[in-house]
Amino acid sequence: MAQIIGAITTSHIPAIGGAIAKGRQNEPYWQPFFDAYGRVHEWLAKVRPDTAIIIYNDHGLNFFLDKMPTFAVGAAPEYRHADEGWGLPVSRAFAGNPELSWHLIESLVADEFDVTMCQEMLVDHAFTVPMSLLWPGVESWPVKTIPITINTVQHPLPSPKRCFALGQAIGRALDSYESDCKVVIIGTGGLSHQLDGTRAGFINKPFDLMCIEKLVNDPAALTHYAIPELVELAGSQGVELLNLLAARGALTGQVAKVHGNYHVPISNTATGLLVLENRPRAPASRAA
Amino acid sequence: MSERRAIPGTPIFDGAAARKGYALNKMCFSFNQAANRAEFVKDEDAYCAKFGLKPEQREAIRHRNVLELIAAGGNVYYLAKFAGIFGWNVQDIGAQQTGMTVEAFKEKLAAAGR
Repeated sequence: MAQIIGAITTSHIPAIGGAIAKGRQNEPYWQPFFDAYGRVHEWLAKVRPDTAIIIYNDHGLNFFLDKMPTFAVGAAPEYRHADEGWGLPVSRAFAGNPELSWHLIESLVADEFDVTMCQEMLVDHAFTVPMSLLWPGVESWPVKTIPITINTVQHPLPSPKRCFALGQAIGRALDSYESDCKVVIIGTGGLSHQLDGTRAGFINKPFDLMCIEKLVNDPAALTHYAIPELVELAGSQGVELLNLLAARGALTGQVAKVHGNYHVPISNTATGLLVLENRPRAPASRAA
Repeated sequence: MSERRAIPGTPIFDGAAARKGYALNKMCFSFNQAANRAEFVKDEDAYCAKFGLKPEQREAIRHRNVLELIAAGGNVYYLAKFAGIFGWNVQDIGAQQTGMTVEAFKEKLAAAGR
């Protein structure tokens, strides 16, 4: 069975990619954000995953409104980034893990998650920026990757409950994978932000802090929100919380928080970072 | 059908918006490619005509006005690619939509973290 070593939830704001490209990590605006990633790098160096499953939303690079899958799973040997129109440098390509992708697809569909399967897939900033944040300056990416997208663009969106259940199904799929690979789940996006309308610039710190706490110890509590409530509380684009909830759902063991950070603002957005370690559950017979 | 819930100042990109804005969003999606951005800059009328923009959408593009573009069915992620042609980022479009200066908009964001 694959070992799920844990989950990382992180922002994917395009401006972060711009700051990395320009070497601005130590400037006063950026330092409180980037400094928090040192502990993540230490943890990754210790646990050494070989595959990363990245759960995110595409913002109009791979998917257009002509065909918009609610859930899509990449099954390609390689994933490329491309020009997104507003100046983010194009990242180098990422290796895939098609064997695990197809196992995930088989298992998810058997589990009644009827995902779209993609043998070609451009990955956008919501995939590339977290990769650059987690493994900065590497000559080649140290992990194989599998992109999984959740539609947060075109309403109706899947519910928080459904996205958490998708994550749980991903966890079950990994538990049934006959390989000793070490997988980290990366959920990207959020926290509260709104780009459009006269409420643009909306940020909700109390709600964000509550979400961070619940993501660690009581993620099911976040599954009770309806999408309109989430839009109201987290902002139109804060619904990216769905990605984080799915990532958390994939942790099938006992979850321990290794590291966390909350910083406002980067660009228009509240940023949240969590490293959650997934520890094997004690066998029932030995449970206290 | 779920009940519609209006959230002040918050457009919801639902099926009605997606139908209304399809041509506009399709044009903005094309701005992922540098050659298309250059073609738009070279002859804006011809480029908008090629995508069959409705008069309301054509006017909103002419005005570079984000609230008008959203009212015409635009989705902010595709509109961001249009804004990118002018070098505008999300603080610039946030300031425009809220009627604030960019500095005041940035201060509003910073204040939200305190």
